[in-house]
Amino acid sequence: MELIVAGAVGVLTAAGVYLVLRLRSFPVILGLTLLSYAVNVFLFSSGRLATALPPVLSKYATDYSDPLPQALVLTAIVIAFGMTAVLVMLSLGAFLESDDDRVDIPGEDRMEERP
Amino acid sequence: MHWIIAPVILPALLAPILAFVMRHDIVLARSFSIAGTVALAAIATGLTITAAGGETLVYELGNWPAPFGIVLVLDRLSAAMVLLTAVLGLVVVLYAAGSGWDRRGHHFHALFQFQLMGIFGAFLTGDTFNLFVFFEVLLIASYGLMIHGGGKARLRAGLQYVIMNLAGSTLFLFALGTIYATTGTLNIADLSLRLQEIPADDAALARVAAALLLVVFAVKAALFPVQFWLSGTYANAPGPVAALFAVMTKVGAYAILRFYTVIFAPGNEVTGTLPGDVLTVMALVTVALGALGVLGTRRLMPLIAFSVLTSVGTLMLAVAGFTPEATVAALYYIVHSTLATALLFLVADLVVAQRGPAQDRLEQAPPIAQNGLLAALFFAGAIAMAGMPPLSGFLGKLLVLDALGDSDGRTVVIWATILIGSLVTIVGFARAGSVVFWKSTALDRPEPEEDAPPAPRAPGTALSGIGAMLVLLVATTALAGPMTAYFEGAAEQLYDPSDYVRAVLARAGEGGE
Repeated sequence: MELIVAGAVGVLTAAGVYLVLRLRSFPVILGLTLLSYAVNVFLFSSGRLATALPPVLSKYATDYSDPLPQALVLTAIVIAFGMTAVLVMLSLGAFLESDDDRVDIPGEDRMEERP
Repeated sequence: MHWIIAPVILPALLAPILAFVMRHDIVLARSFSIAGTVALAAIATGLTITAAGGETLVYELGNWPAPFGIVLVLDRLSAAMVLLTAVLGLVVVLYAAGSGWDRRGHHFHALFQFQLMGIFGAFLTGDTFNLFVFFEVLLIASYGLMIHGGGKARLRAGLQYVIMNLAGSTLFLFALGTIYATTGTLNIADLSLRLQEIPADDAALARVAAALLLVVFAVKAALFPVQFWLSGTYANAPGPVAALFAVMTKVGAYAILRFYTVIFAPGNEVTGTLPGDVLTVMALVTVALGALGVLGTRRLMPLIAFSVLTSVGTLMLAVAGFTPEATVAALYYIVHSTLATALLFLVADLVVAQRGPAQDRLEQAPPIAQNGLLAALFFAGAIAMAGMPPLSGFLGKLLVLDALGDSDGRTVVIWATILIGSLVTIVGFARAGSVVFWKSTALDRPEPEEDAPPAPRAPGTALSGIGAMLVLLVATTALAGPMTAYFEGAAEQLYDPSDYVRAVLARAGEGGE
């Protein structure tokens, strides 16, 4: 199981980093989303991997899994969700304003008028 | 001491009211936002006076004892940073209301209060994951403020800013996961204890986490090689927002100071001297890059943004010393550079507003309406920024140079970089000032047409905001003695965290009953 989880985090991170380094805003957003998936799985495994163990008090349990990483992941998911929504709106705004979805700023645009 | 949570709660309650109830009434929103910021400044002053006594005060959220619950911790350093932010916020909100910037888009005051809430929380929290959450709060508000007013250039620069910071946040989470996996805690005080007795097998992993955190905070503080977001963001943000962002890079500097003294104490077994060594190199390159940018740019706003980069580099050189003397110098420089940066951005904003079609391009244009006054204010800001006497920049740089005067072979390189960087900054500002204010007097003002509106003049409220900033700078200079005495106490607390740890973990044993 360790191998599968570690492999999943690795592949997600690699794909995420590759996409973040693209020049267009859509792949960059996908890349950041993949990175946030990777970090969520990674946070889960930071409490040690275990199956069939309850995270909260139970009469029948002999052992427990760590509940804290699960709370951390929940927080991280919510934040990543909100941030992705902001990013999508912002890149849409930038695209509509400049007819161009490049993430870098072309040289001729830098000297343009600003409001 | 319930007052410790007030700087977080007050803006958190005020912002939704501003956003939902007062969204259509700018006068109401302004008065509430300004009143709230005045109250925050008063609370921050009270907190600083309390913290000056030297006691570390802890606020347990929900009365859960640390390390299980989240705590807010008030010591000299966090109190000083909260006060600095509150004072800066007050001046910026006055300027934003006076200059009419808050009307050029929606929800300026709500976003502004959320931004303050995030910054205060980041300074006060005693929990690393909570620090991440407050970072996100301040960032998501800053995304909104950055693109306030809209426009092509601003949206594109804002997009870059957001992407850079989202990547940084992801890295932050990776680092926190690694720390939790090796130590089993995320509380700063508890981490400080656990890392002292970490098994040798786990030390390497903890070192990886420390290095990752260094990169994350370097993104926030804008250090080479992750400083590229700063010039575009500051140069394209609305003037008052850029002035408020002056304290954002300081959040990174604060986090580095907190983490690499209290958690990873200098010379400990996990990190050794790694953070100081790496930071010194990063900061040296940052100073050089900022100086090159100041010389190379052809616009006024990017020129100030690049001079911010130089001052961030100088500040981080002092931080990277990781000695009590260097930390005192760094803390004084934080106060100075925040105020000087804000002053310059506010003045430049007025200049750009009056220049009309010439915008902030460094080229000859007809003289602006209040050429003399704004030239004098710009001159004062430039003197402070470049580190010339009589303003606080000179004292700040002197303290930094003095504190780094005996760092072995590095002294020559550090001194040379800071001094040459300052010289280049002076040249850059002198060139910009003479082109914008001086050469323009050679041209005649265009004859106003019969029914043309009069040339725009700076509103009195906006000017009084700038005046307040200048007064603060002068006060920083005049009160350098008491301030450094206070910062010596703050540095003492940082380099001997036993009080901090004891105060936070006072009720740690009660968890079992």
